[in-house]
Amino acid sequence: MANDPFLELHHVAKDLGARPILHAVSLAIPAGSFVALVGPSGSGKTTLLKTINRLIEPDSGSVRLDGTDINVGPKHRLRRRIGYAFQGIGLFPHMNVAENIGVVPRLLGWTEAARAARVAELLDLVALPADFAARRPNTLSGGQTQRVGIARALAARPSLMLMDEPFGTLDPVTRDELGRAYRALHDRLDLTTIMVTHDITEALLLADRIVVLIEGTIRADAAPAELLAYRGDPAVEAMIALPQAQARRLAALVDAR
Amino acid sequence: MSPSLTEALTDLPTLLRAHALLSGTAVLLAILIGLPLALRAARSRTFRIPLLGAAGLIQTVPTLALLALFYPALLLLGRATSLPVPALGFLPALLALTLYALLPILRNGVAGLHGLDPAILEAADAAGMTGRQRLLQVELPLSAPVLLAGIRTAAIWTIGAATLATTVGQPSLGNLIFSGLQTENWVRVLVGCAASAGLAIAADLLLGLVEAGVARRSPLRIWAAMGMFGIGVLLALISIGGSGSERRTIAVGAKNFSEQYILASAIGQRLGAAGFPVVQRDDLGSAVAYRAVAAGDVDVYVDYTGTLWTNVLGRTDTPRADVMRAELTRRLEARDGVVLLGPLGFENAYVLAMRRSRAEALGVRTIDDLARVAPRLRLASDIEFLTRPEWRALRKAYDLRFGDARAYSPTFMYRAIADGGADVISAFSSDGRIAALDLVTIADPRGALPNYDAVLLLSARAAKDKALIAALRPLLGAIDVGAMRAANLKVDRAEGKKTPAEAATQLLRTLEKR
Ligand SMILES: Nc1ncnc2c1ncn2[C@@H]1O[C@H](COP(=O)(O)OP(=O)(O)O)[C@@H](O)[C@H]1O
Ligand SMILES: [Mg+2]
Repeated sequence: MANDPFLELHHVAKDLGARPILHAVSLAIPAGSFVALVGPSGSGKTTLLKTINRLIEPDSGSVRLDGTDINVGPKHRLRRRIGYAFQGIGLFPHMNVAENIGVVPRLLGWTEAARAARVAELLDLVALPADFAARRPNTLSGGQTQRVGIARALAARPSLMLMDEPFGTLDPVTRDELGRAYRALHDRLDLTTIMVTHDITEALLLADRIVVLIEGTIRADAAPAELLAYRGDPAVEAMIALPQAQARRLAALVDAR
Repeated sequence: MSPSLTEALTDLPTLLRAHALLSGTAVLLAILIGLPLALRAARSRTFRIPLLGAAGLIQTVPTLALLALFYPALLLLGRATSLPVPALGFLPALLALTLYALLPILRNGVAGLHGLDPAILEAADAAGMTGRQRLLQVELPLSAPVLLAGIRTAAIWTIGAATLATTVGQPSLGNLIFSGLQTENWVRVLVGCAASAGLAIAADLLLGLVEAGVARRSPLRIWAAMGMFGIGVLLALISIGGSGSERRTIAVGAKNFSEQYILASAIGQRLGAAGFPVVQRDDLGSAVAYRAVAAGDVDVYVDYTGTLWTNVLGRTDTPRADVMRAELTRRLEARDGVVLLGPLGFENAYVLAMRRSRAEALGVRTIDDLARVAPRLRLASDIEFLTRPEWRALRKAYDLRFGDARAYSPTFMYRAIADGGADVISAFSSDGRIAALDLVTIADPRGALPNYDAVLLLSARAAKDKALIAALRPLLGAIDVGAMRAANLKVDRAEGKKTPAEAATQLLRTLEKR
């Protein structure tokens, strides 16, 4: 149906051992959204994200992507359609940058020429010089590694990007720069993005919509401006109070000059 | 070139080839078994812990014991399945060495695969690799250096341990080492050791090349090494195919001392002259040799009536020689299908011996004579003799008491009698040193010492072969103790020593002259 959401999670639940990690989470995401998934560490963000590309199988509930249940067809086929970038990055150390970026296209059977062209295009897209193609992962800085990781996730032109704290280990300047660069790519390539972050400021500044996950339950789901005005759940209020308090202190410092 | 060197070098190519094929097959099999197991173990902790434990346990079993254990195991398997499972030779050696090679492959395989960065594996999964693609494109290439190091260790261990395959009747470079050690033919030992070390070094270099090729991602090196390896395999196989023959190969067994080597070689030479292809299975354990002929893994070898009587039939009495032989002939054939073709004509028994001059001076010809003067005499025996039933029987039959009785290693025992440090020694009747030192053996008129006639034993299958029996019959009753002592002496003496094959040739020549 035309107005079906692009991605739809329905009552997704997961226990690890006897401990519930996700409590029947439901979420509908229209195509083109940039959703930030925020929450304290251990709240189930990574688990939820991984149920979407089947790195984790939920105990119950369903996930539909583009109108089809993701359990239809083999896992690897689904994953090749979804970009995935995570804090660990996991560049393949025995492959150079070009081979790393070209890995999903190669699995999809692209020709070598098509892959080479795509690698050049992506290096440009993530603002890395073309001669990086032949570099080994162990010769790259943290920010460069992360850019290659994002280029690899984008290589096969997925329409959905799952990002799990992709900038978590970077210094604040690089982090801000990469965040904004990625947001620009998201708009340009017409992507749907779900980005996990525990940095509420980052979420507020980058996303169109923020989903707050606490103890495996969605406690708030709103646009950034609405979220700032949120009143109700004290845990959520505490979370958004922090960046605002910091902003006021910074403003006071500026005024004091 | 010295005759020992020439002979060792003549034997070398066949043994080297057999050694390389055996250890190569064992390592290959260990890789084929070990890699899938390592893979499972890397993924599952419940599988990993017991697997590595079991492999480590196998490693603590001495290789020799591991080899020896496969013999009865395969015999049982053959009996249980009534399939023709060869219990001697290539199969048990291969199985034992494969087990032995498994540990380094498993341990490194698990370490290499299990130690991979989980983020890399997650990236591989998330990229949409299938299990197989992840294995081939990520896991194996990344763990290859550690895996290869394990294979390298396995190859070196196996090539060294394969020298022990000789003891279960599989020809290997160990043939040179064991027979050389036994006959104190150091050239032979050195050739065997050098060839084994050389093979290990070659394998190490080749695998090192592969390892370097993988580490530096240089396919050229990998292919070069693979190519050389292929050429080696081809060489080994070609020369084996070349020895094809119409007739069945006859396996001649030998236990691990000079007389056995000489007799096996003599038997081999006679069969060879009659047109039979022959392999010699040297250095069989005493118990293994009989079981091998019973199972048909060995076709012919020489054993001794007293040994068969006590060890195979489990008897403790000592009947007369002809009674014992008749009973053995009947029982061995009825029980195991083993045919006792006949005696060779000499005995290799425990005897008492003295220097001729001393015996004459004391008037000693029989043990009765000896018993009278024994309290004034010193006995030097080998390590075992004083605890054996033979010694108890002698003391009982003749009331024999020496003034002094001491145990020596054989070399020092003969030295003691030669320099007058002892008056009487325990000796083996066919030992060449009896003649060399001009000793006389002292008669045993009361028959206290059991009989140890050398007899030819044939497997059931060999006993059906008329041509084979015709080739061996001339040996029956033909080798008297003097001829055997002379032949043994040629191999055992320190100077001007001959190889067992040379001694066998000369022994056969003296038989023809008679
Ligand atoms: N493999 C696992 N086994 C057991 N517990 C796990 C496993 N992975 C995650 N957890 C637990 O599940 C909870 C949610 O984890 P996660 O989804 O990674 O949280 P987040 O990404 O929000 O920090 C945490 O309490 C974590 O300790
Ligand atoms: Mg997480």
